[in-house]
Amino acid sequence: MPRSKPTAPPEPNDEALDAEMPPVGARSFWSGTLTFGLVSIPVNLYSAYRVERKPLRMLSPEGRPLARRYYCPNHARCVPNEEITRGYEIEPGRFVVVTDEELEAVEPKKSREIELRLFVDRHAISPLFFERAYVLAPAAETVRAYQLLAHTLERTRKAGVATFVMRGKEHLAAVIAEGGLLLAETLRFFDEVRTPSDIGLPEREPAEPRALARIRQTIRAKAARTLDLEVLRDHEWERLLALAREKQEAGKDVLAVAEAAEEPESPAADIIDIMAALKASLAANRGEARPATPRGGTRRATRAGTASSGAGRPARSPKRARERTAPPARPSARSRQRNGAKPPAASEPELEQASREVLYERAKSLGIEGRSKMSKRALARAIRAAS
Amino acid sequence: MPARAMWKGRIRLDGFELPVKLYSAATDRAVHFRLLHAPDRVPLEQRMVDPATNEPVAYQETRRGLALEPGTLVVLERAELDELAPAPTRDIEVLSFLAPERVPRRFAARPYFLGPDGDAPSYFAFAEALASERKQCLVRWVMRKTEYVGAIRETEGYLGLVTLRHAEELVAIGGLAPPITRELTEKELTMAEQLVGMFEGTFDPTQFRDEYRERVAALVEAKAKGKKLAKPRVTRPEPERSLSAALEASLKRARERKVA
Repeated sequence: MPRSKPTAPPEPNDEALDAEMPPVGARSFWSGTLTFGLVSIPVNLYSAYRVERKPLRMLSPEGRPLARRYYCPNHARCVPNEEITRGYEIEPGRFVVVTDEELEAVEPKKSREIELRLFVDRHAISPLFFERAYVLAPAAETVRAYQLLAHTLERTRKAGVATFVMRGKEHLAAVIAEGGLLLAETLRFFDEVRTPSDIGLPEREPAEPRALARIRQTIRAKAARTLDLEVLRDHEWERLLALAREKQEAGKDVLAVAEAAEEPESPAADIIDIMAALKASLAANRGEARPATPRGGTRRATRAGTASSGAGRPARSPKRARERTAPPARPSARSRQRNGAKPPAASEPELEQASREVLYERAKSLGIEGRSKMSKRALARAIRAAS
Repeated sequence: MPARAMWKGRIRLDGFELPVKLYSAATDRAVHFRLLHAPDRVPLEQRMVDPATNEPVAYQETRRGLALEPGTLVVLERAELDELAPAPTRDIEVLSFLAPERVPRRFAARPYFLGPDGDAPSYFAFAEALASERKQCLVRWVMRKTEYVGAIRETEGYLGLVTLRHAEELVAIGGLAPPITRELTEKELTMAEQLVGMFEGTFDPTQFRDEYRERVAALVEAKAKGKKLAKPRVTRPEPERSLSAALEASLKRARERKVA
């Protein structure tokens, strides 16, 4: 499916939560250094997206919020996390178990650098490759190098292309500038984007001349200068919210939920206002360097049985099972000459140290089901298992 | 192996219909693991469980609720939710045609290809028209009870499509840039531009490989054969310089590299 199911909401009115929040709400995902020649630019990375929808909870016929559990068909019971392990299916029904330690051992070395060694026309990167966008906020007391790169990229309409390591994985990214701000766009690797021939589209044919002329005319007639953001409104969600509000006000189908059964946490609760957070961090940076502090999510570590939105599909569809094959390993062809920056002192936000919403975002991108009710630890585990 | 179409529809242009098939353009290459029950290595299933009874509840019996206020849930019945879903249609409505750079990449959600569903000459005419007019086509359609807005572009002679995110999901980045405290000098700007120029190239995605994925695949393969893997790690040291000195040194190094 093109869009993920509705996820958790921002909860701007949660005062108890606010009281526990540091002044800067949005937490950096990653902090490291952009290098450009021998120039190094310390940056903090933030998601360029916020969570838009509240989750629809799954309820029992009596209206009790349900919890997602792992069930062993062999033992005919639900299994606690301690009894869960991760396996790779080498042939139908036969698994090799792969441990956290083994996976950690093959993680990329903990480089915290985005080294820009290639600059390309920013519009030449196909949107088909695009995955996610992040804001790169300056993390040093001096922002001149940051501004110089932003200005140069904007003026030359270039994107710096690099691979970098984030959360134990390698990412391909394009660094672009917009309005003086640097953004990182993660891109799919080339073998993760199908080509028309991979799909099996028919051979190209000459365009039908009359159709071509007519379509060109239509294009000119319907040309617009800018993107009308109105068309990107989430009408469906608005309708759903309106209905829910109407029922709430009328007191119709409103259930009281025990405190413990409430949605344990919303990943977006910490991203109350990323704008404000970014502004605050930028303001703070004018004074002195402020290392990113990964905060543990212990505050909301306890969770009750709850369900997340929609999709109660079986965990593994036959289609996914087919795709679950290891890609062939290729010999290393690329020589890596590196000259980077001084690694910053702050610690690497590993899965364990990463905040819950960092893990949540990751889980979301991996399509892990039941993520909204998982604890930090469970999320880390599921991410390891799924990635 | 040819991919299967996910959906079929028709692009509606003034007095003209273009039947198309929709295919995912993204393919998942990650090495996927399954969660197993450790004692017997049996793949686990996900179940929705009622915490009060500890009994699984069948999907068909579940209901939906939305928490608008703390302590309460508003129950939304399936019939109500179904009523909110947009009416199914095969029509792909054309909203407008925009210059390609008018939709920032960060708006993109997921990539697709559209293929012809009969009438190939018109399909390729549409692709060619978009390319020659240097435009992308903004469209709206309903697929699997969800409304989508997407942008169609000519891609390698075919029609590439990305779905776009909801406006509410995008962080407004205007005004976030750090204020200029000291103007950049002409010299700095020139050197930076020269440096970018020296590293200029074309975007060739095949130059970049996901080495992590390759290592995980190798690990799994080795384990399947009962072997262990050794892995090397490297670290690299780094110098520190002033901005101008760093730029100069970078340019010098880049020039030397070009000559060499």
